[in-house]
Amino acid sequence: MTVDAPARPRLAVYWAAACGGCDIAILNLHERILDVASAFEIVFWPAVMDVKYADVEAMLDGWIDLCLFTGSIRSTENAALARLLRRKARFLVAFGSCAGEGCIPGLANLSSLDDLLEAAFEGPSTDNPDHLRPVETWPTPSGDLHLPSLLPRLHTLDQVVPVDWTVPGCPPESARIAEVVTLAAAAFRGDVPVPPAGAVLGAGHSTVCDECLRERHPKSIDGFTRIQALETIDPRLCLLEQGIPCNGSATRDGCGALCPAAGAPCIGCYGAPDGVRDAGARLLAAFGSIIGEGDESDIERRQATLLDPVGRAYRFGLARSLLGGARLPHAADGGGAPGNGAGVPVPAGVPVPAGEPVSAGVGGAER
Amino acid sequence: MSDQTRAAAADGSRFEPVILGFTCNWCSYRAADLAGTARIGYPPNIRLVRLMCSGRLDPTFVLAAFARGADGVVVSGCWPGECHYQVQNLRMLGRFLLLRRTIARLGIEPARLQLVWASAAEGQRFAREIARITEEVRALGPLGWSAATDGAAGDLAGVLEAAAGAEAADGAAPALPAEPVDGADPASPAEPVEVAR
Repeated sequence: MTVDAPARPRLAVYWAAACGGCDIAILNLHERILDVASAFEIVFWPAVMDVKYADVEAMLDGWIDLCLFTGSIRSTENAALARLLRRKARFLVAFGSCAGEGCIPGLANLSSLDDLLEAAFEGPSTDNPDHLRPVETWPTPSGDLHLPSLLPRLHTLDQVVPVDWTVPGCPPESARIAEVVTLAAAAFRGDVPVPPAGAVLGAGHSTVCDECLRERHPKSIDGFTRIQALETIDPRLCLLEQGIPCNGSATRDGCGALCPAAGAPCIGCYGAPDGVRDAGARLLAAFGSIIGEGDESDIERRQATLLDPVGRAYRFGLARSLLGGARLPHAADGGGAPGNGAGVPVPAGVPVPAGEPVSAGVGGAER
Repeated sequence: MSDQTRAAAADGSRFEPVILGFTCNWCSYRAADLAGTARIGYPPNIRLVRLMCSGRLDPTFVLAAFARGADGVVVSGCWPGECHYQVQNLRMLGRFLLLRRTIARLGIEPARLQLVWASAAEGQRFAREIARITEEVRALGPLGWSAATDGAAGDLAGVLEAAAGAEAADGAAPALPAEPVDGADPASPAEPVEVAR
């Protein structure tokens, strides 16, 4: 397939609920950013230039050739811009882990909106004697001011609008970004076929283990540890065999296995490899089966050394996982005990799941 | 959860849970087979899926079952030491225990995921265990995971419509068209895939 495009295809880059790291990763192309600027006409990029939303609305539908969309969908503003840019762009790319799978902000799907606001606006490090909270509408003499509302849950870009391609990574490695941009420019020139819808660009198809140079053996460990608890780490041996939970076995390759090469475990930022729907489930399978044999209580005791399994296995992929987050009380249920989502009262005596460390925001997943 | 189940729950009649069971080819499926041959009755709420070995169980299967409407999941294999593939049922045990701990953190009662060891000769035991688990899951009520998550997505659609309307009425902010989202939109009324009844 080839596409018609102007001599310089038009490029947009947008950040929704993101940290800005993806924009920095793009700018980390260094002098190659000039190649991007000469290959593309940059028409919208809030991180580096001043173009208003109204300017984007004035563009014809499909006028933007390529939109790199970073960040997840947390607010009505994020969602509105996702829908706007979907209309204006011929090719919409879920760029980076937030847009693709929810990333760290997706861990907020373990908590209710009220709890998130409580954590952000109260708490020991916050001085908020009047218990102020953001309000969506504020009257002023010259008219009402509006803030976007927060959505009940965080969504990935493809849960809100159709996405053409995905570029994984938190953030994507700059060398791989250069490949993607070069590929897109060549495709718009007609030099190479346009990648098919749903393609994952700027990454491999296998796992980080395939790129990792550490030696691997059949695994059986007594328990997990934290990397900071070890006096020495064998520089050649698989980290998982040393009891360090490493997400490489269910994480897409493409980064060059940078973390394990530096002696740190893979944390899973490139998302699920080809053929895997839910990387967290595969990590639970891996972590669960390498604890040696024993009876139930023995295995449970040793598995307890794996802290915060949700934050570990779903650090980047929770929002797009099969379950998408935790089951929370619906507003319609009036809060209280964990609702069953159907408005049916939970029978008395049902154990309320608790006791696991909180992953999102408040406690922070261990690294 | 189907409308049928929801209606039954609403009018106070007995809730019939949907339970998905994973059995192994060599022991637990044959236990179920023996229960059938011996005409031992057990509740029809469980739907059995035969794997070659319980060690084949990918946690993905369990999470997909909950996400698509199952109220409970049973994993069943040969007794420890009797696995046709030596130790694979023990590997499953490790995965099962970690998975059960994980779903508890995600708001699913651990009793919705249960483990049953059963040899090929234990048709009676298999039937008794399925009956017990069915009653436990019945007491927990519907999980309704797809309804819960579709509900959140439904909120998304509603919130967006409201925001677009407010901006248009205010005139201060540019109105964004409240067009229906297509494709991968979770807010679309497409039926979630349900476990067959």
